[in-house]
Amino acid sequence: MGARIGRWLLPGFTGLVVAFLFAPIVVMIIFSFNSPRGHQNITWQGFTLDNYLTIWSRPDITDPMVTSLMIAIVSTIAATTFGTMIALALTRYQFSGRGAINLLIFIPMTAPEIILGASLLTLWVSYGVARGFLTILVAHIMFNISYVVVTVRARLIGFNRSLEEAGMDLYANERTVFWRVTFPLIFPGILAAGLLAFALSIDDYVITLFSAGHTVTFPLWVYGASRIGIPPEVNALGTLFFLIAFVFIAVQVWAGRRGAGEGAPVPVASR
Amino acid sequence: MPVRRRLTPYLLLLPGAAWLLVFFAVPMALMLVMSLQQGSLTEGYHLTWNWGIYPEVASKYGNLFVRSISFALITTLLTAAIGYPVAYTIAFHGGRLKNALLLVVIMPFFVSFVIRTLNWKMVLADNGLVFGTLKDLGWIDPAFRFLATPGAVVFGLTYNFLPFMVLPLYVALEKIDQRLVEAAADLYANRARAFLRVTFPLSLPGVVAGSLLTFIPAVGDFINADIIGARSPDVAMVGNVIQRLFLNVNDFPSAAALGFLLVAGTMLLVGVYTSLVGSERLTS
Repeated sequence: MGARIGRWLLPGFTGLVVAFLFAPIVVMIIFSFNSPRGHQNITWQGFTLDNYLTIWSRPDITDPMVTSLMIAIVSTIAATTFGTMIALALTRYQFSGRGAINLLIFIPMTAPEIILGASLLTLWVSYGVARGFLTILVAHIMFNISYVVVTVRARLIGFNRSLEEAGMDLYANERTVFWRVTFPLIFPGILAAGLLAFALSIDDYVITLFSAGHTVTFPLWVYGASRIGIPPEVNALGTLFFLIAFVFIAVQVWAGRRGAGEGAPVPVASR
Repeated sequence: MPVRRRLTPYLLLLPGAAWLLVFFAVPMALMLVMSLQQGSLTEGYHLTWNWGIYPEVASKYGNLFVRSISFALITTLLTAAIGYPVAYTIAFHGGRLKNALLLVVIMPFFVSFVIRTLNWKMVLADNGLVFGTLKDLGWIDPAFRFLATPGAVVFGLTYNFLPFMVLPLYVALEKIDQRLVEAAADLYANRARAFLRVTFPLSLPGVVAGSLLTFIPAVGDFINADIIGARSPDVAMVGNVIQRLFLNVNDFPSAAALGFLLVAGTMLLVGVYTSLVGSERLTS
């Protein structure tokens, strides 16, 4: 009897933790269909789909979404490019100053976010830089570079150089070998890094807050709107994002089962 | 050709490293300089090497540091206590479903941090789903309040940083060769002993990484105290003051000094911790 209880203890506990993790998500989804009176979306009032239909015609919601998307896309491209270049330099070249570069990449990931945000604000204030779209973009590229380096480097460390040597033996020049051999092989790592950067950027509140000025990104809008209660539209958008992520993951898992699993993008936890 | 080859690594490093230098390293140095200045936003700041600001903010906000560190420590212990069995179950009993289970655990975190935390606030509100129901049933005092208590903030921190603990723990546990545990059993170790002497020591790098990944963001967090803590001064953390001084009060020198103390304190604690557990390769 004791052994039987023991066997179910760990899975049971894990199940409870999963329930705990999903609790606010379930509430979010249910209340995204709520039809509240006024701003307080706390008690169930009635079913409606309005929250999903009205968001698209409200510029106060769509404008921050567009801003967030633009910042996420541009910062992802820039940070993934810069980070991949650093990862290549770190894994396949000898150069002096390696320790300093490692520190420069490692410390931004270990400093609390508020410190990154606050120190950037100090920079903007010290040089009289007007805060807005561009300063947010600069900040996002900055905090994403380190994560890209770490992700791509992990892929490069297990890299089999003999494939490149084979390319060289077949009279390909360095450039051709890189684009025809190296790049396709490390691409899963670059893709994973890009997805991580995108997820970190689109959800960032803390660092953005300090560089935003009057520009409003989606997390900033949500935070501001919640001062008077949670508008049901927030939950509707949260549900839509969750659905997109869910479909994306389902496709990943499905593709992984079909044998393309190696190097699949690492799932990320957003802060 | 040889010259170009020697230059290649530097050219590859240049854009990214320059970006980090200008927008990370320089701002950190500027924050130290800012803390030593006096003046106001309208009149401008002048560097007066006012080192006195440090004892000043330390005595004024010392209790907030103690609170932030306590909250972050309790959060780290709680996430480890909750996360270890979960990571262990997935790594050792997940079978073919390992990856799928890990994704299930992480999936809630695809919803924005702010939206997740706001929904917890709603669930835990005074008359919300949990406590409103309990009050209607007469099981708890109608005046009972969970929001704006230290427990509520630690609750929010624990929820939000749990994946930062589970992921490194899972990575460390998943790597463990099961034959080592079997060998311990062959040598007449019972399951508890095999766990304590084999599995747990081998999973320590994951424990160390998970603790750091949880503690560091938790100690500087201000969103949980803001939302689930309902902006109560009784649960304010250092992050809340830094944010308010920087963005609302515009007292940049004090805010910068607090920020610098937070970084220095965190680095010191992390340094002591890593040297105590003797874990290398943290950077990899």
